[in-house]
Amino acid sequence: MSDHDYRPKSKVGQWFNDRLPLLTLANHLTDYPTPKNLNYWWTFGGILTFCLITQIVTGLTLAMHYIAHADMAFESVEHIMRDVNYGWLIRYIHANGASMFFLAVYIHIFRSLFYGSYKSPREIIWILGIIIYLLMMAAAFMGYVLPWGQMSFWGATVITNLFSAIPLVGEGIVTWLWGGYSVDNPTLTRFFTLHYLIPFLILGLVVLHIWALHVPGNNNPVGIDIKKPSKDTVPFHPYIVIKDGFALLMFMIVFAFFVFYAPNILGHADNYIEANPMVTPAHIVPEWYLLPFYAILRSVPDKLLGVVAMLSAILILAVLPWLDTSKIRSAVFRPLYKQFYWILVADVLILGYVGAMPAEGLYLLIARVATAYYFLHFLVILPVLGFKEKTLPVPLSITEPVLGGSPNLAAARNKESKIE
Amino acid sequence: MSEKKTKRRDFLFTATSAVGAVGAAAVVWPMIDQMNPDASVKALASTEVDVSSLTPGNTLTVLWRGKPVFIRRRTQEEIDEARSVKMEDLIHPEKDEDRAKNPEWLVMLGVCTHLGCVPLNDKGDYNGWFCPCHGSHYDTSGRIRKGPAPWNMEVPKYEFVNANTIKIG
Repeated sequence: MSDHDYRPKSKVGQWFNDRLPLLTLANHLTDYPTPKNLNYWWTFGGILTFCLITQIVTGLTLAMHYIAHADMAFESVEHIMRDVNYGWLIRYIHANGASMFFLAVYIHIFRSLFYGSYKSPREIIWILGIIIYLLMMAAAFMGYVLPWGQMSFWGATVITNLFSAIPLVGEGIVTWLWGGYSVDNPTLTRFFTLHYLIPFLILGLVVLHIWALHVPGNNNPVGIDIKKPSKDTVPFHPYIVIKDGFALLMFMIVFAFFVFYAPNILGHADNYIEANPMVTPAHIVPEWYLLPFYAILRSVPDKLLGVVAMLSAILILAVLPWLDTSKIRSAVFRPLYKQFYWILVADVLILGYVGAMPAEGLYLLIARVATAYYFLHFLVILPVLGFKEKTLPVPLSITEPVLGGSPNLAAARNKESKIE
Repeated sequence: MSEKKTKRRDFLFTATSAVGAVGAAAVVWPMIDQMNPDASVKALASTEVDVSSLTPGNTLTVLWRGKPVFIRRRTQEEIDEARSVKMEDLIHPEKDEDRAKNPEWLVMLGVCTHLGCVPLNDKGDYNGWFCPCHGSHYDTSGRIRKGPAPWNMEVPKYEFVNANTIKIG
């Protein structure tokens, strides 16, 4: 990267840049050499940045009208929906925006799993990503509590009670989290405070995530190390900016569909009933994006072990770079891993489905099998596969298989065309 | 790094860090403790309930410390059923005699010990309560018999102030 030699053209620019090298940073970001074979699965980083900004902007405006008090929260949300100018629009963007955020983050995570983007030297990017994901879940959960409907209240009760599974200190921790003996006003006000804070923590972590990305540079569909800059790269601007922009537009069409045509389809009707500590809704379900983990929680008959299994399911991702023993990054050259990858995708979707169903009979059985397989994938299949799998030959560069001279020309070209 | 004599400077470093740590802890604790139940929440610690209208076989649900409390006036059948259960059949063995001092009256927190939902009356496989959230079944003594909940429903501190009034807390 040549950006350290960058000098602004204008005298004023030079004067400013010598004192605060912001222009050097801007130059680095525009010239940043990017693999030229990045496909549309790589556009979700930009889409996620858009989601974060959308949530922050709509959240700030909602906070101008929302009242964080157990007696007034529910009414103030209805006030936003009925009285505040465009309040309905802002709230629907914010509520559906959370779902869109998770949709994008799941695609982003599974892209990383397919192309091995979490592997050396990108472990820190990956771990930062997992921390961001955890914070996203915390923010989404607390945000869902704020309208103070029945699902808000009972979701908060169930989730905070997870901590009561901790031996000895569990009950004390739950009382401390609640600020009382049940979910009540003190719980609501602190959740509002934290819900307001977390997006800014995420923003800070996103800066680190991108910073860590810009050290080794992007992974790519072929999953090989490339020289930068070289024939294998293009500058971020305009090439990636245009591609990301186009993908973002497509994404916004989906987003707008939900906001304007099905704004409540991803929510739960019970949350339009004000919170009532005396009555639990017949069927408590979290938002769709938490369902796979909810299924894992319920599949274990023991309270403490259920909580442990659910947390492990998320935290196991943080050690993924060391569980996957294969030196080859991209699934394109890993015929066995590619199959296990799709089985994992199916497994997570099944977990999500049974998480929404009552925990009994066949659903419970399926949830248990799927939970066992989830852990099997990470703890047994991935470590063993690295040693046993016969991988396909990997090209030396991105351009090589196209320009010829590779011994595995046909295979690589075939794979390349599949990617695009 | 070979053997090193403790120097005056090492002592100063250790002493400074120790005092610093104590100071930091002294500042952090109020920040943590402010989240615990405050004086106004604690002040609502007890409540008195008039149970004169309750007929056998019915349950009254009252709110105490933000949580529902079930007051069940049990029928003779329910008492017999609860008292005939063998201890080894219980997940969390507790005698009904200990849970309901006055056998006709069962007073307990209407909170499932799994994840805190409110179980439904007269439901489940044991004629007691059933939690709709994750399927825990409780018997006529509020004891967990089946499902993910680890303990029986909690019996709070309560007393009969007079024949018609129960004071909870």
